Amino acid sequence: MPTPDPSLDGRVQISDLRRTFRRRGAGARLALDGASLDIAPGSLAALLGPSGCGKTTLLRCVAGFDVPDSGEIVVSGRQLVGDGCFVRPERRRVGIVAQDGALFPHLSVADNVGFGVARADRARRVAECLDLVELTDYATARPTELSGGQQQRAAVARALAPRPDVLLLDEPFSALDAGLRSRVRADIADVLRAAGITSLLVTHDQGEALSMADSVAVMFDGRVHQTDSPVALYQRPATLRIAQFFGDVDVVAASADGPTATSRVGRVVLVTAHVGAVVLALRPEQIHIGESTDGPRATVERVDYFGHDTTVSLRLDDGTVVRSRATRAVLPHVGDAVTVSISESVLAFPPPPHDPPTGREEPAT
Amino acid sequence: MSRTLIHHRRRGKPLAPLPVLTPVALAIGVFAITPIAYLVDRATNSGWSGFVDDVFRSSTGYVVIRSVVLVVVATTLCTVVGVAAAVIVDRADLPAPAVWRVLLALPLAIPTYLAGFAWVAEFPGMKGLWAATLVLVACSFPYVYLPVLAALSQVDRAQEDVARSLGRSAFGAFVSVTVPQIRRAITAGALLTGLYVLSDFGAVGSMRYQAFTWEIFQSYRAGFNADRAASLAVVLVVGGALLVIAERAARGGAQSRSARSAQHSDRNGWSRRARFVGAGTLSALLGACVVFPVATVVRWFGRSVGSGVAWGDLGAALWASTRYSLLAAAVTTLLALPVALAAARRGGRLDRAAEGLTYVTHALPSVVIGISMIFLSLRVVPRWYQRPPVLVAAYVLLFLPLAVASSRAALDRCARQWEESALSLGSSQVRTLLHVTLRVAAPGLAAGAALTALATLKELPTTLLLHPTGTDTLAMELWTKTGVSDLEGAAPYALALVLFAAVPTALLGWFTGRHDHDAHA
Repeated sequence: MPTPDPSLDGRVQISDLRRTFRRRGAGARLALDGASLDIAPGSLAALLGPSGCGKTTLLRCVAGFDVPDSGEIVVSGRQLVGDGCFVRPERRRVGIVAQDGALFPHLSVADNVGFGVARADRARRVAECLDLVELTDYATARPTELSGGQQQRAAVARALAPRPDVLLLDEPFSALDAGLRSRVRADIADVLRAAGITSLLVTHDQGEALSMADSVAVMFDGRVHQTDSPVALYQRPATLRIAQFFGDVDVVAASADGPTATSRVGRVVLVTAHVGAVVLALRPEQIHIGESTDGPRATVERVDYFGHDTTVSLRLDDGTVVRSRATRAVLPHVGDAVTVSISESVLAFPPPPHDPPTGREEPAT
Repeated sequence: MSRTLIHHRRRGKPLAPLPVLTPVALAIGVFAITPIAYLVDRATNSGWSGFVDDVFRSSTGYVVIRSVVLVVVATTLCTVVGVAAAVIVDRADLPAPAVWRVLLALPLAIPTYLAGFAWVAEFPGMKGLWAATLVLVACSFPYVYLPVLAALSQVDRAQEDVARSLGRSAFGAFVSVTVPQIRRAITAGALLTGLYVLSDFGAVGSMRYQAFTWEIFQSYRAGFNADRAASLAVVLVVGGALLVIAERAARGGAQSRSARSAQHSDRNGWSRRARFVGAGTLSALLGACVVFPVATVVRWFGRSVGSGVAWGDLGAALWASTRYSLLAAAVTTLLALPVALAAARRGGRLDRAAEGLTYVTHALPSVVIGISMIFLSLRVVPRWYQRPPVLVAAYVLLFLPLAVASSRAALDRCARQWEESALSLGSSQVRTLLHVTLRVAAPGLAAGAALTALATLKELPTTLLLHPTGTDTLAMELWTKTGVSDLEGAAPYALALVLFAAVPTALLGWFTGRHDHDAHA
């Protein structure tokens, strides 16, 4: 084994993982179809995808609870899976925080945190980690005496205690109620950054991924489709499907001639240059209901009032329906004839082989 | 990288821990079915025609019919009584629910031969089918009551509320929403009862109803007609297997969800009058099943104290019973663990096969195990015939299914995630097993061991057949003394047996159906 390269400490390299599940009577299901992912040392990456996309299988492969058919996993320059090698979970130095924390019910919080630490170092390390998650006062408590958020923090402390190379978090906030969730998220993100540990957060919640992670990997059908910073991913999704996965998008056919394109909603500036037939992915905040009498016409089909804003569904001349997010006090009525204008540059993608998809993947929660 | 860190393994598999478990479990599974092999060998000793003649004798036909009638009648009544008792305890919001739960498990602590003799002593005319049925129902309805109560406590009562809001009556909501979720517990309990009735010796013996077990015991004891005993035993095995198959077929698909989602509306759906009737029904049931036999035994005991109790013999029997039941419980639990662990944590084809093998003996009445152990020990280790190791081995064979099933349930309750967390923290597989899996499963494992000890304590026919010369357990003394109508002499043994057996039974009732506040929230 070559001498470890310090620049690789905590780097996670996952390449071309494949894993097929054979189910009795139901044939085979491809859970991982050549999934690859590279996580920079010390960063917090989110693995985001709809239920059943294979993200949990990928996490279990990294943790060592599942063995892929093929592919390679390297952490800190050390091969864990690949070339016929398989390192057992207990030797991986890969920590995991389960969905409900999975604190050992028969041990106190301190004993839970100390479980993976050598005896000599235990007391000091337990104190450190409890301090990090601000649970020092609960050291002697039983897991059942903690609130849901405290349990998750204790689980993070327990996973950090043996100083793993990487920490895996498996939908760790989904068991918490909505009010608690955003606070616990922020707390845990702070703890992970303070610890400076490479972390992989598996989630199906777009908001969670975008708000917490340094980089987000979007996974569909057993493959990672795009890895990018949250901002780049939202502003420049690589495919229409990814754009649709991040919130509301309406699709309008257009004809592009380089930096601009012509469509039923008028002439628009493109984010990236295209030539020929494209589809535009319009976000509701880009579509505005116009005052003037000229410009593309539409009929108000539906008005959904949310208080802070309102979504107005507009039917274009050709029958396409687009949505506009209006924040004005004066709202149109159903049946009103209006004009439409577009602000900012617009995402364009090559037209899908069949009809443009209109259904969205699981909407953000 | 050192070799110890690298493990070549088959790819595309979930990680299966502790590979050594599979061969160990298989060895135990094979051990579990050896008596059947020897039984078949013995039954066909005088050739297949002898076996066929034995089985298709007209007297055999009568015995079969008598046994089938008894199984059908007693199992049906047990199911009705057990389900009713569970529903009342779970739903009627009786005062002191824990007391009711414990009391209703207590009939399990009363051996059928004891209950039988108590009834016969008070009503000397009792005998035959209905008398045997009465005793069987009184002693074994908890086999239905306990699993059904456990299932009921896990059913989300909000579902019934929803059904009510959709226009069902209270009873209609119960039948259409709750019953499908507890159906599996009902059929499992009915199976346990059916197998018990088929294998029971005490009730049919005390009520002189010539069912299979009685016939086998008589053929073996009276004429030492071992071949006929073995032939009849094979038929009994087939009967047991048929019951198991029937239960599989009747098993419902719907299973109640985890206790985690169970919710209980504060609203009490039962009127005052209904609760009164429920409490009255349960009291009457307890009176017939527990109070009557115990009171009878206490009265005998009062008389025997007057005429002098052989305290020395009682002490010896108590010691023998304690020793054997603890030893049997320890060995059985120890052997059940690898099988249950392999099935629960590895779950490969071989692991499941090993588990299946241990369940085969579940359908074997203890008379059959006793007889096959005699054949087996005489053939393999004649020196051990009527020595303690053979008796303990017979107990292990008898109660291995019970121990495997309860260990399996205890292990299933220990979520995989705890083990995975421990492994990811760098804990070795053995340390994880000792400090996480077994620790979390410990209460369930202990409950299983207690059940095994209880069953050993009450066990009669195998003990009668295999007991080491000079060793008399409580159950044996009781049987011998009541057999010659020495009720006063039997009373101290009966009382000791009931008091002793009541402890694990009460614990069982205490833990079943408790709405625990989710130890692993």
